[in-house]
Amino acid sequence: MTQHGDNPTSVERRGDRELVVTRTFDAPPSVVYRAWSQPELFRRWWMPKSVPGISLVSCELDVRTGGKYRLEFAAGGSDTMAFYGKYIEVVPNERIVWTNDEGEEGAITTVTFQDLGGKTLLTFHEAYPSKEALEEALQGSAAALPEQLAQLGDLLAGTGDLP
Amino acid sequence: MVRAGHTLNHMVQCINPPLDLSFAALSDATRRGIIDQLGRGDASITSLADQFRMTLTGMKKHIQVLERAGLVITRKVGRVRTCALGKRGLAAEAEWIETHRKLFEARFDALDEIISEMKREESDDSAR
Repeated sequence: MTQHGDNPTSVERRGDRELVVTRTFDAPPSVVYRAWSQPELFRRWWMPKSVPGISLVSCELDVRTGGKYRLEFAAGGSDTMAFYGKYIEVVPNERIVWTNDEGEEGAITTVTFQDLGGKTLLTFHEAYPSKEALEEALQGSAAALPEQLAQLGDLLAGTGDLP
Repeated sequence: MVRAGHTLNHMVQCINPPLDLSFAALSDATRRGIIDQLGRGDASITSLADQFRMTLTGMKKHIQVLERAGLVITRKVGRVRTCALGKRGLAAEAEWIETHRKLFEARFDALDEIISEMKREESDDSAR
């Protein structure tokens, strides 16, 4: 089991319009890349069961340059939220770049898989077209998902260890 | 007139600093540097301007942005204006980052499990 202290997930804002998340995985980039690019694997972890209250109800990924994706989440009730966009650059085992088209001025997300001699340094990077767009997204996500985020924060706070 | 309005605004914002203001305030590298610096101790605007190699006017502007966001508080003693961290604003920013960190940590812990499983399958395959 992963020791959080040894393998931290770092989240930070960088510059005016970027959000960066990093983590190291104990497997070569080819393995980590597969978990990101095959829908049947991706859907098992993107909204994991340890995050109660939100579930991924549909997941279509066509991971190749020019391909599209569409994810639908349910957060109780009958409404679902859809997130979709296009892969603008896919280099197997190295990087995946996609657009986020569900809102205006969506971010460009870049995931890179860097080989650290059998391990992988994963960087998840969101770049917004402008500083204002990032601020709006931060506000927007907070405004659009207050319950989910609050619920998530509460639930995660109470689940330091896996159930 | 102006001062009263400013003081009232300032007070309201200190009580409840809007989140978007603190994100805007922290989107600038110099301002994040100022927050780091103030985390190590209070400092005057003059000494901050020296440290960050900028004009007094430039530093005052940065401090104003941080102050409006409730991230920094200032007080004037004699002719020196001293800056200190405003704890409330920092807590709100930290909370937002923490929520996202937890989401990604939950995701990546689950991804870790799947990766271990994939590695086991691969070694089983190669052992065959």
